[in-house]
Amino acid sequence: MENMSRRKFLKLGALSAGLVTLAGCATIQKTPIGGGTFEKSSSEEKVGKWGMFIDMSKVDDIDAIAEVCHHEHNVPTIPDKRHEVKWIWAEPFQALFKEITHEGIQEKYADVPFVATCNHCRKPVCVKVCPTQATFQSENGITLQDMHRCIGCRNCMAACPYGSRSFNFVEPRDYIEEVNPEYPTRMKGVVEKCDFCYDRLSKGQMPLCAEKSEGITVGDLDNESSEISKLIRENMTIVRGESYGTEPSCYYKVSLLEGEA
Amino acid sequence: MRKKTNIVVGVLVFLLVVTAPIWLNFGKSAAAEGPEVSLDTPTINALPEDQRKCIYDTEYMRDNHMEILHQWKVQVVRDDNRVMVTPDGREFEMSLQNTCLDCHSNYEDFCKKCHDYNGVDPNCWTCHTNESTQYAGGATADEVNSGEVAS
Repeated sequence: MENMSRRKFLKLGALSAGLVTLAGCATIQKTPIGGGTFEKSSSEEKVGKWGMFIDMSKVDDIDAIAEVCHHEHNVPTIPDKRHEVKWIWAEPFQALFKEITHEGIQEKYADVPFVATCNHCRKPVCVKVCPTQATFQSENGITLQDMHRCIGCRNCMAACPYGSRSFNFVEPRDYIEEVNPEYPTRMKGVVEKCDFCYDRLSKGQMPLCAEKSEGITVGDLDNESSEISKLIRENMTIVRGESYGTEPSCYYKVSLLEGEA
Repeated sequence: MRKKTNIVVGVLVFLLVVTAPIWLNFGKSAAAEGPEVSLDTPTINALPEDQRKCIYDTEYMRDNHMEILHQWKVQVVRDDNRVMVTPDGREFEMSLQNTCLDCHSNYEDFCKKCHDYNGVDPNCWTCHTNESTQYAGGATADEVNSGEVAS
């Protein structure tokens, strides 16, 4: 032992550290610690990439959709604009689609309110900048957030080009009028946003906004025969902030045809 | 010589004082008995006697529920596995709020009692809630919903 060179000592040290790490990785539990098995809900359909098709001519009342969504998910209603928390809301066309340069379209829609929410991008920047991996992309392409891991750094808010995220500057529970006991609330100091009704999808149900309004269709963008793929192929659609390269999954129908809204 | 006697007496007194708790409590039943938690909740009482069983036995749950919940959290949030099948074949939805707290709805007499005794303060209830857990300001969800307290 006393003859060991510094080089050899470091080599041995690095090797053992590596082995310990590997052993640690190998022991990550994939079954319940007390025995048994984990399973998916049986009603869940296999989806490659969830997406949304929005036909504003068939959406009557965005505020009503927001109310249903916000009640279900215990999203607080905070009157102070600076502290506002929102998952889905109405925004004038020109504010959402600054990039669309087509004069006819800009003129036609200008102040028409459009549905704004998280775009569940294929390449979400928020996921890249999250230092704790609290925000991540699920297997079926939904951008999710693990509230347990969020440290409230708000990098994701700075990164998201769509303003889809809100920060809880104040204790949200003080601003929830009627608590839905089925869904958790959030605490002060975390970021939140639309979760595409991830829990409802697992149970084979559609997201609430899609259920509430016939103008919103959700489905599998990767499946060519799905209803949403058909709608996107057959209609003129635009997405928000295409040049950012985030590949948003919310498609908005627009039309310049006479009589079509 | 006198010095030596003083030292010996001093050491003996010291030992006696230090070990006093042992002698004073000798033969008494230890205070180490945990707090009495209550299983008297509407959901548990509504179950037939032979189905009043948690996912594992009481002893195991007492020692490991925190690890189990941690694992559930990862499974549900990250991997979208929402169902857990126990070794004896019963299925449970993995949800603190909608499964655990459904039976154990008596926060004060169940969760809190033991956590207080052990001096731990888990922050599960800042987000997860049911009718019995407290909201900011000490109100329960029921009270907030019924308008008894300003939310």
